[in-house]
Amino acid sequence: MNSFILMRMKGWYLMAKITLKDLSHSYLKTQSSDADWAVRDVNIEWDDGGAYALLGPSGCGKTTLLNIISGLINPTKGDILFDDKMVSNLNPVERNIAQIFQFPVIYDTMTVYDNLAFPLKNRKIEEDKIKAKVHEIAEMLELSSTLNNRASGLTADGKQKISLGRGLVRSDVNAIMFDEPLTVIDPHLKWILRSKLKELHQKINRTMIYVTHDQTEALTFADQVVVMHEGQIVQTGTPVDLFEKPKHTFVGYFIGSPGMNLLPCEFKGGDVILNGKKIETHKKVKSNNFSKREIGVRPEFINFSSEGIPVKVLSVSNTGRHKIVDTQSQNGKIKIIAKASENIPSGSTFLSFKKEYTYAYGDDWIIE
Amino acid sequence: MNKTINQKAWFFVIPVFVLVAFNAIIPLMTVVNYAFQETFGNNVFMWEGTRWFKQIMLSERFHASLGRQFLFTFIILFIQIPLGIAIALTMPKQGVGVPVCLVLMSMPLLIPWNVVGAMWNIFALPDIGFLGHSLNALGFDYNFTQQIGDAWFTTILMDVWHWTSLVVLLSYAGLQSIQPAYYQAAEIDGASRWAVFTKIELPKMKKVLTIAILLRFMDSFMIYTEPFVLTGGGPGNATAFLSIDLVKMALGQFDLGPAAAMSLIYFFIVLLVCWVFYTLMMRNEGNQ
Repeated sequence: MNSFILMRMKGWYLMAKITLKDLSHSYLKTQSSDADWAVRDVNIEWDDGGAYALLGPSGCGKTTLLNIISGLINPTKGDILFDDKMVSNLNPVERNIAQIFQFPVIYDTMTVYDNLAFPLKNRKIEEDKIKAKVHEIAEMLELSSTLNNRASGLTADGKQKISLGRGLVRSDVNAIMFDEPLTVIDPHLKWILRSKLKELHQKINRTMIYVTHDQTEALTFADQVVVMHEGQIVQTGTPVDLFEKPKHTFVGYFIGSPGMNLLPCEFKGGDVILNGKKIETHKKVKSNNFSKREIGVRPEFINFSSEGIPVKVLSVSNTGRHKIVDTQSQNGKIKIIAKASENIPSGSTFLSFKKEYTYAYGDDWIIE
Repeated sequence: MNKTINQKAWFFVIPVFVLVAFNAIIPLMTVVNYAFQETFGNNVFMWEGTRWFKQIMLSERFHASLGRQFLFTFIILFIQIPLGIAIALTMPKQGVGVPVCLVLMSMPLLIPWNVVGAMWNIFALPDIGFLGHSLNALGFDYNFTQQIGDAWFTTILMDVWHWTSLVVLLSYAGLQSIQPAYYQAAEIDGASRWAVFTKIELPKMKKVLTIAILLRFMDSFMIYTEPFVLTGGGPGNATAFLSIDLVKMALGQFDLGPAAAMSLIYFFIVLLVCWVFYTLMMRNEGNQ
């Protein structure tokens, strides 16, 4: 046992900042291209007690990253630090991490009580302390009435609550990690469990890291969202940052519904030229050294006007709260979100972009 | 929901009904026929009622072979099930080792029963067999044709060699179907290796192990060819298990009535044990 663990056991370290330094991981023995890395060049600093989300599509490396933090996977390169202590070579128990998986993991032969008590019993905690803690957590998760039932008899969401409970019973964990925990839960229960998690976070004040591919889950749960794309972190920020200023085209179209409009364009003398016309963006473009040049603007920040970009209105769909208008410009389709009460011109019309929310992207990254 | 009433579907059951009838029920009825009557050939039968059943149930010879049978089955289950699980646990989970191990494990299962018996007979001969000769050279007084203990030892060893693989393959399949998340969760929960085995692996293997135990119970309880070729039931009647004793009675002594009664009792014992065991194992499965 190293000194770090000893200090933790004596209660000197109850909080931890999580730092990932130049972290890369590959499941292959040798790597020849970027695509061979499941996770590459990740640098993150997470403060203690925060609620964070790792957001990205399936296969982007977010589960790998989570398993690296919890110690289930040893990264190919890079370091993991809790506060200023290196934990790269420690196992999950030594790192004192709780993790909840995508599918409910329960111990079939045990009762609900024994399932919840299992992580504490393994750590040789006194019986009466276990009892108090298990009852407290069961109360929180509304499992009290089923404590003496066999865990295998519960419904999927009941089982997932047990999984959550096993993560929450240990009061001294450095962080609690959730790996798409609501996948198997019915939609109407998702809401309840999600607000429960948010509530728990405020109550117990532990660092929580939540992996998901669902933007609503990520944006409602987390203070800070980390968006991953093909093994890389493309942007870290608050939900508002991600919405108002996507740093990467992927963030633009992955977040938001519908996503950001991205149109191929030219950069000339610091200006963005769309189809021969200068478009005002939030900043001047200094370099022109890109193989891919795009202009991006969210459907929320486009208005109909009497002059600007000429388009043809293709279709209007009313979602009740607002209208989504599909238009065709010479550079591609543009979607617009308009108020439900707004009159939509038909046929040919013009669009204007809100300057402060219109960005230029070179090779998918924002130009600032 | 309203179901359409159409009884014609019953015709689809006819093939399997005919097959089972000719395969099992009709031959079994011949046995039932013999079990309640006495015959001296020429198709002449005399009604005997339950006389043969009473005779078998009270016969010391039947009690002895039944006792030997239960002892043998109990011993081989006691060895093969834990050994099979242990081997399955040590087998590689991925890589080239997997097909190698699976093929090696399947080998004994592919050898015909009488060849297994003959192989082990020669292998264990005290004068020229590798096993028998080696044991004697090491100072053990080993002779399976004359000493009861040695005969049992050899028969059990042979059965363990022949059938442990079946338990291994079934357990291995059970282990492979456990999702990695269970092991990861156990690691996070700080579970010991023993806890992982008793709380995750064993419960998840329960169904395949039930099948393994049932198969090994039935097969070993009805074992005939291997001990017949190896020891012929000897020395004396020391390894005369139920089926060997039954054949002796039916074909050796031509006591068809008692032999038929014995077959039926034998059959019901197998059925009863399987049913009780299966019901006990599956009694908590209903609520899952």
